[in-house]
Amino acid sequence: MTTKPTPRVRVPAKAAAGEMIEIKTLISHEMESGQRKDAEGKTIPRKIINKFSASFNGKPVFSADWYSAISANPYQSFFFKATESGEFTFIWKDDDGSEYTAKNKLTVG
Amino acid sequence: MQTQLSTLSRRDAVKAAAWALAAAAIAPKLAFADEKAVAAEIKKLYGDKPMASGKIKLDVPEIAENGLVVPINVEIESPMTEADYVKAVHVFAEGNPQPGVVSYQFTPACGKASAATRMRLAQTQDIICIAEMSNGALHTAKANIKVTIGGCGG
Repeated sequence: MTTKPTPRVRVPAKAAAGEMIEIKTLISHEMESGQRKDAEGKTIPRKIINKFSASFNGKPVFSADWYSAISANPYQSFFFKATESGEFTFIWKDDDGSEYTAKNKLTVG
Repeated sequence: MQTQLSTLSRRDAVKAAAWALAAAAIAPKLAFADEKAVAAEIKKLYGDKPMASGKIKLDVPEIAENGLVVPINVEIESPMTEADYVKAVHVFAEGNPQPGVVSYQFTPACGKASAATRMRLAQTQDIICIAEMSNGALHTAKANIKVTIGGCGG
C-alpha cells in the first residue's frame, strides 16, 4: 500500500522548432479520497496528490490542482510548443508534504 | 399497541407512507454536492460575473461503465499568445461528495489549451467546466455523464 509513488513521463526526445508536442504523465498513487471507510467503519483520512506542475528551463508551463475526484494513479496530459532545447521539471505534491519529481530533456532542431 | 395499530386511520397510514418515501428519496442525496454547492464554488472564484457559452470542447464519455476511472479531456479555443491565452480552467462535478474535480493553470508556452486526466464519479451527473481567459472573460460548458458503477466509498 505504501510503495513509493513512481512518476512516469512521456516526452518526445526531439522536436522541430514551433512544433506542438503532447506530454503525458502518470504517477502511481492511491489518491485516497477521504470518503472511504475501513472495516471498523472509521473514515480513512484523505491522502492525495493535490498539485502537479510542469516547468521548462525553470519557467512555469502548466499546473493542475487535483481534488479528491481524481482517479488513483493519476494521469495528466497537456501540450507544449517547442521553441528551444532544454529540460522539463515535473513536480507532484502530496497531502503529506512529500514531493515527487521527474526531469526530461528535450532537443529542438 | 395492537389496538393502536388497528385504529390507525387509512389517511394516517397513507401520510406515513408518503413521509417514508420522501425521506428515502432525500436521504441518499444529502451526502453529495449538488448544483448549489457547485454554484457556490464558482461564486467564490468569480462572483456573479457573466459567462458565455462556446469555445470549450468538453470531451467525456456519454456513458461511463466504471465511475472510478472516467476520462475527461478539455480543449479551449484560443490563439495562446502572450496577449490572448487561457489562464485557468476549472472542472466541477454536481453529483460527487465534493464539487471540485480539477483546476488547470495554462501559460502561452503551452501553445494549445488542452489537457486530459481521469476522474471519479459517484453517480450519473452533470460536469461543469469554466474557462478564464487572460482578458478576464469567462466561458462555461456542461456535459452529462451516465455512470453505471459509482466510484466512491467501498
